Amino acid sequence: MNAQAVKPKVRIATTSLAGCFGCHMSFLDIDERILPLLDVVEFDRSPLTDIKRCGPCDVGIVEGGVCNAENVHVLREFRNNCKILVAIGACAANGGLPAQRNHLDLRDILEEVYQTDPGVGHGGIPNDPELPLPLNQVHPIHEVVKVDYFLPGCPPPADAIWKFLTDLIAGRTPHLGHGLIHYD
Amino acid sequence: MSDVFNIDGREVPFTPGQTVMQAALTAGVFIPHLCYHPEFKPHGSCKLCTVKVNGQPASSCTLPAAAGMEVESNTPEILDKRKMLLQMLLVEGNHFCPSCEKSGHCKLQALGYELEVMTPHFNQFYPNRPVDASHHDVLLDFNRCILCELCIRASAEVDKKNVFALSGRGITKHLIVNAESGRLADTDFALADKAAQVCPVGVILPKRVGFAVPIGQRRFDAAPISAHVDEFVPVAPARQGERQ
Amino acid sequence: MPEALATIVTEVVDKHGRDGTRLMQILREVQEVHGWLPPAAITAIAAAVGWPRARVESTAGFYSFFHTQPRGRYRVLWSDNITDRMLGNMALMDAMCKKLWLEPGRVSEDGLVSVDTTSCTGMCDQGPAVLVNYRAIPGMTPERVEHMTELIRKQVPVADWPAEWFAIQDNVRRADILLDNDMAPGVALAACFARGPADSLLAASNERSWREGVHTHSQGPSATLDEIKKSNLRGRGGAGFTTGIKWEACHHAPGETRYVVCNADEGEPGTFKDRVLLTRQPDLVFEGMTVAAYVVGAAKGYVYLRGEYRYLLEPLNAVLSRRRQQGLLGRGIGGQPGFDFDIEVHLGAGAYVCGEESALIESLEGKRGVPRNRPPYPVTNGFLNQPTIVNNVETFAAAALVAAKGGDWYRAFGTAKSAGTKLLSVSGDCARPGIYEYPFGVTVAQVLADCGAADTQAVQVSGPSGVCLADNEFGRRIAFEDIPTAGAFMVFDRSRDMFEVARNFTHFFAHESCGFCTPCRVGTSLLKNLMDKIADGHGTQYDLNEIYKLNQLLQMAAHCGLGHTACHPLFDTMEKFRPAYQRRLKSLEFEPAFDLDAALSQARQMTGRDDAGAHLESAEEAAK
Repeated sequence: MNAQAVKPKVRIATTSLAGCFGCHMSFLDIDERILPLLDVVEFDRSPLTDIKRCGPCDVGIVEGGVCNAENVHVLREFRNNCKILVAIGACAANGGLPAQRNHLDLRDILEEVYQTDPGVGHGGIPNDPELPLPLNQVHPIHEVVKVDYFLPGCPPPADAIWKFLTDLIAGRTPHLGHGLIHYD
Repeated sequence: MSDVFNIDGREVPFTPGQTVMQAALTAGVFIPHLCYHPEFKPHGSCKLCTVKVNGQPASSCTLPAAAGMEVESNTPEILDKRKMLLQMLLVEGNHFCPSCEKSGHCKLQALGYELEVMTPHFNQFYPNRPVDASHHDVLLDFNRCILCELCIRASAEVDKKNVFALSGRGITKHLIVNAESGRLADTDFALADKAAQVCPVGVILPKRVGFAVPIGQRRFDAAPISAHVDEFVPVAPARQGERQ
Repeated sequence: MPEALATIVTEVVDKHGRDGTRLMQILREVQEVHGWLPPAAITAIAAAVGWPRARVESTAGFYSFFHTQPRGRYRVLWSDNITDRMLGNMALMDAMCKKLWLEPGRVSEDGLVSVDTTSCTGMCDQGPAVLVNYRAIPGMTPERVEHMTELIRKQVPVADWPAEWFAIQDNVRRADILLDNDMAPGVALAACFARGPADSLLAASNERSWREGVHTHSQGPSATLDEIKKSNLRGRGGAGFTTGIKWEACHHAPGETRYVVCNADEGEPGTFKDRVLLTRQPDLVFEGMTVAAYVVGAAKGYVYLRGEYRYLLEPLNAVLSRRRQQGLLGRGIGGQPGFDFDIEVHLGAGAYVCGEESALIESLEGKRGVPRNRPPYPVTNGFLNQPTIVNNVETFAAAALVAAKGGDWYRAFGTAKSAGTKLLSVSGDCARPGIYEYPFGVTVAQVLADCGAADTQAVQVSGPSGVCLADNEFGRRIAFEDIPTAGAFMVFDRSRDMFEVARNFTHFFAHESCGFCTPCRVGTSLLKNLMDKIADGHGTQYDLNEIYKLNQLLQMAAHCGLGHTACHPLFDTMEKFRPAYQRRLKSLEFEPAFDLDAALSQARQMTGRDDAGAHLESAEEAAK
């Protein structure tokens, strides 16, 4: 065994809460760079691995805001298990698109969608205990748990994600210059 | 030595009557700002241009330049405060850049990039600010208003129309229009008005021209806002109003 | 617009000469008759004064006491200073709301009544206080609440309510040279005139234009200014600027005319001494203003009286008419040719920030009360861009004494650096709240002993923007060189929770921020939310750090004193009463910004669910 193989891989978990998986797709846009990345990292819970529960990790990357009770549970699971928690994308940072409902009363929304709307509004408001209840408003994740780093963008460009991860893995404070920081 | 002051170790000449901001921009030294505009009188409300002069904090846009001033601008302490001010503006309104036509041309956004604001940090206010789409040519999206009063000043001073004003106070302060109905369509506002062209963010938007410039070619895509310093050089009073 | 409203508007705007700078008075008078300011009325007023409609709406929207929405025919506002809270105002307000089937802040379905809170109304020595349709009623009790709700339900006009309810006590507990003054009206002016030849003013105004500074060679005014300077009188409104220097600068400033403005916008919570001065010694205050006019060469004076003291308007106007009859106001005052001066009382409408002199001037001009960029200062560019002096009520009263008795006489009172006396408004936990006039230099302990305070934990001097003193500091002195004050002196005994005191003040600043600058507009609301979070039991060390950072920003970047001082009460109490904060904090490093379980309330209501999955445990429980 050579020395490099002994060095433990950085363990990363990722998830999407109230998001569109667009940030995950953008991550995949690092293309062939994923191969050298896999030399130094391994994935825990993530849509890429299909692992359902997050174990102890070095880095947790969370896409999407917090719109329902399940999001809160998943976010806490990540916070409890990840040394470094990263908010990725506009939704995780400020609620993003899902938060565009925040000026409406949730009761009106549920009524409109499940009772009044001629398309689907017949079955009544779902009350199955299996379903997570929506929160009154959608919140960015830093309003629910402590977040260590933010990577803005809708989605952040693959190059920004690559720069961020390589900095982090190399033990540097991640730093994106002009052209890589985007809010859109 | 007369008519020169010092900003972060660099000498900046000024003419009497110029503010610190005007002199600095003229000399090619960028100071972040939102309520300042080269064609209008200093306003002093956004406080992004806060500097320290001889150790004392001051708004550089309203402070008259004086010989021998020692101005600190890009120090870690001041940059940190400016970042907080941007974050305050970001949580005060509803700034959802991905859906905004002004994205890429927005000064609030560009300053966020310049000062490396990675998160709004504070808790969101999520105010309820309905849009006004009543006007034939212009949409008003109050969600993005940062209360710089540039449209108010442009409409009053250049257009002589007084289409805009502020109402409320404190955190409930908001932009209103000059009509009993509260609708822009019921004012004499026109697309050609100066007030239609000064919004630093995405409140006053011409209809039917959204997203005309492709991503990559927008105003602040190629170079950061600090590299656009020549665009902010104050216009001599005689020429005020000429520039679009 | 209904004809009746149109008639009201026409009458009021005509009375004010269709002058837009009188907008505050126009709006108030229309509202006093109609109850609120409907959109059509705003349009009509704007047309009458020749202002853009939006600008009139802009002013109307700024002040708490103007309503562009109906607020009920009876509007009950509970003064919400911490001293009112300590006297149980919240329980009384809740009782009133229950009896009226109302939520605070909401108008009843029938449009009859609304109940809400308002910033300190200056009745701290006789609280809990309310304003009913902007008339002050102190000393609220459960019985009064009961009776008042009945009168409201029976729709008895406020004018027919028991007269004793509207009686305001002066509660003067210690009087000195100001409150003991028995000088006849006109004596101070006579003393001024005696210092120069009778024809000096006319001669001077013939020789030199106003622009060049009319009174330079006139002995009476300059000799009086010398006495003011000799007295070392300093402003009593809080900032302590030397009065003589201010008057001299205004006197020398070029302008077409000059103005004298009396700042009676006593908005600092816990302060009520100007109310008592204007009740007990209005002649002394007006005489001081007239002396100032004589010195600087002003022809017009304004008293900017806070809207909460609306009940003083008629009595003050009566004093002004008497003084006109006595030849102490009007043309050729005291037989001095060319000395023309008159005073008008201008009412504010519920905006603390108008106590800042440039915001006050903006308000006098009919605009939003937003502090101006300075320089230029009001002494050169004040009301209507003319040289203007703005002084506190107490400063003018003291100036009248100086003019009458001389600077050396005045200087003998107080300390070497703080000449004269100071009125303190004492309230809170003490046996004898009220007004205490002391020579400068009195110790805090002395005041506490005199007012009958026992087991005192803290004293908030000069209101929320002042300083909070703990018991090891009670040896300090009220004086510009030690503890300067605008006059508030709120006492808290050991049963009080100093965190709640600071939280009340934080709410006050958020409510009163004018919103002009970013740090104060957003920062004061963020501070309020953080303090509420801590009060709700969700605070952590992280939140205290946030408060610390916000304080640094406000100190550095806020536009005016309101923002600079908004963190003072938090800082003083955090430093001196740490346990009041610590015992509220969670041991965790971080707590969510909002109550997670409460955030599921609407969904629970709509789905009818109450199972375990329909709730979110707190972060603390989740961590176990």
